[in-house]
Amino acid sequence: MALTLMKGSEAIAEAAIRAGARYFFGYPITPQTEIPEYMSARMPEVGGCFLQAESEVAAINMVYGAGGTGARVITSSSSPGVSLKQEGISYCAGANVPCVIINVMRGGPGLGNIQASQGDYFQGTKGGGNGDYHLLTFAPSSVQEFIDLMMVAYDKAEYYRIPVLFLADGIIAQMMEPVELPEMVDFKIDPEKKPWACTGWQPGDDPEKRGIINSIYIDTESLAVHNDELQAMYKTVIENEQQWEEFNCEGADYIITAFGTVARIAKSAITELKAQGINVGLIRPITVWPFPYDAIKKVVAQDSVKAVLDVELNEGQMLEDVKLAIGGAKDVDFFGHCGSQMPTTDEIVAKILSMKEGK
Amino acid sequence: MAVVFEKTKYLTDKVFHYCPGCGHGIIHRLVAEVIDEMNLNGKVIGVAPVGCSVFAYDYFNCDMYEAAHGRAPAVATGVKRVVGKDTLVFTYQGDGDLASIGTAEIVHVAHRGEKISTIFVNNAIYGMTGGQMAPTTLVGQKATTCPKGRDEDWCGKPIKMAEMLSAVPSSYYIERCAVNNTANINKTKKAIAKAFRLQMEGKGFCMVEVLSPCPTNWGLAPTEAMKWLEDNMMPYYPLGVFKDKEAE
Repeated sequence: MALTLMKGSEAIAEAAIRAGARYFFGYPITPQTEIPEYMSARMPEVGGCFLQAESEVAAINMVYGAGGTGARVITSSSSPGVSLKQEGISYCAGANVPCVIINVMRGGPGLGNIQASQGDYFQGTKGGGNGDYHLLTFAPSSVQEFIDLMMVAYDKAEYYRIPVLFLADGIIAQMMEPVELPEMVDFKIDPEKKPWACTGWQPGDDPEKRGIINSIYIDTESLAVHNDELQAMYKTVIENEQQWEEFNCEGADYIITAFGTVARIAKSAITELKAQGINVGLIRPITVWPFPYDAIKKVVAQDSVKAVLDVELNEGQMLEDVKLAIGGAKDVDFFGHCGSQMPTTDEIVAKILSMKEGK
Repeated sequence: MAVVFEKTKYLTDKVFHYCPGCGHGIIHRLVAEVIDEMNLNGKVIGVAPVGCSVFAYDYFNCDMYEAAHGRAPAVATGVKRVVGKDTLVFTYQGDGDLASIGTAEIVHVAHRGEKISTIFVNNAIYGMTGGQMAPTTLVGQKATTCPKGRDEDWCGKPIKMAEMLSAVPSSYYIERCAVNNTANINKTKKAIAKAFRLQMEGKGFCMVEVLSPCPTNWGLAPTEAMKWLEDNMMPYYPLGVFKDKEAE
């Protein structure tokens, strides 16, 4: 299939449609507004629904409503907007409503700025809303990877009945890359496959099949059972869904950990360092929840590895998971920027050199 | 023996948790009876709020959602956009839910002319949390967060949702009713039936506000509460049709 040069946000939106999404609810916010703009034109062409909500709060609750019918539903926003969605995301998690949420991260905290950031790692991987829940959280590092993950996101969301979050920095949405778009998936709501969904029940039908989309379990025992079921599901997600990329890790002297666009800059730095005779590897989590703790532990445990450098476009958030993975076995250093200044290849090279010199 | 009355099948057999003298039981039954009489063959989805009627999903015998506080209109929007015109979608909300935390959602569901129906139960107080001041609490009315009575200078006058939503261009039918006596209960049922019929005819947003007693949190006996509603709520919240595009 031919490659097409597409802007990230538009390619992502088209991929969602090809993955079967037919309902988009959102609210404009930079740097992801091209997603709702694209959806507003494209959804009617495929018999879908684009609706501009009055707020991000309303948009995620529309997702909760539409997702509870068994439809494939999506919303997108950027950091401050995703903060507003946290209430609804927690309800989707609590009521096991499958859906896809995109966060094109910008600088924070508060209103921050509109440049690329990875400042919502904590929010995207440690909860964000209230209660004991997780999202299946993907952190793509290219537009093509975003597309490919989108094509499996709904299957996974529906299989586990878990909301899927895409944690992308603003670069992914704003840059243009050549991409290959897959064929359109033929998706229809199937009440047999989704007995939990609100698809039309009447008195006299099997009482077990009455659709109740709900996250309240008022008595202690019922809530405990519900949470046990959620935790059992999260356990299978942890066992089955970890994804990561290893680059030049075998026998490396240093290991860089990074996710998203920053990992691509790290690769350039690794290539430059190789030319200088310094052997550096990269391990890049593709799922940041579940986090590939064991994979990182294994790579770093190699005798050749002297130390680890975590690079992020924030003040060190994934750093905490990297340290958990390594458990103090090797030194972990950090390099990153807030204020949405991308770490450069030269800066990463300089950092590794300073580590090598023991500075 | 001839059966002269049966409980509607659109209510489950679950025993209501509502307090003695509460209006929710009456209003639940009216809603369920109207659904039953419409012969929708299961094409009905309800959205429950947060507040005293948070467990409405346990009582209405149809597909149900439990929404976050105030968000029922947004949830119903998402539902309706998928299920379309052949399925009745309604929200059932109290005054803390609809008139306070959910004002954005209710205004914009009306603003979009969303083809859903809202049953708005106004008892001028937060019931579930134990009698705090609501936006609908009357001036001078005591509540646990205004122990000396609502002070107009401090908190303003109570909000009138039926009047307010009537001013939204795309709202279609807005009526305020009460369940203080048999005649008004019958009128309430007719209003609910009209709102649901208009939805199924593809018309815009409809809301029936129902003034309803809360003896527990008003600190009154059930019969006294009915009288308090008549003497205090009805003068401030007049009953009647505030908007009816069908009649225009």
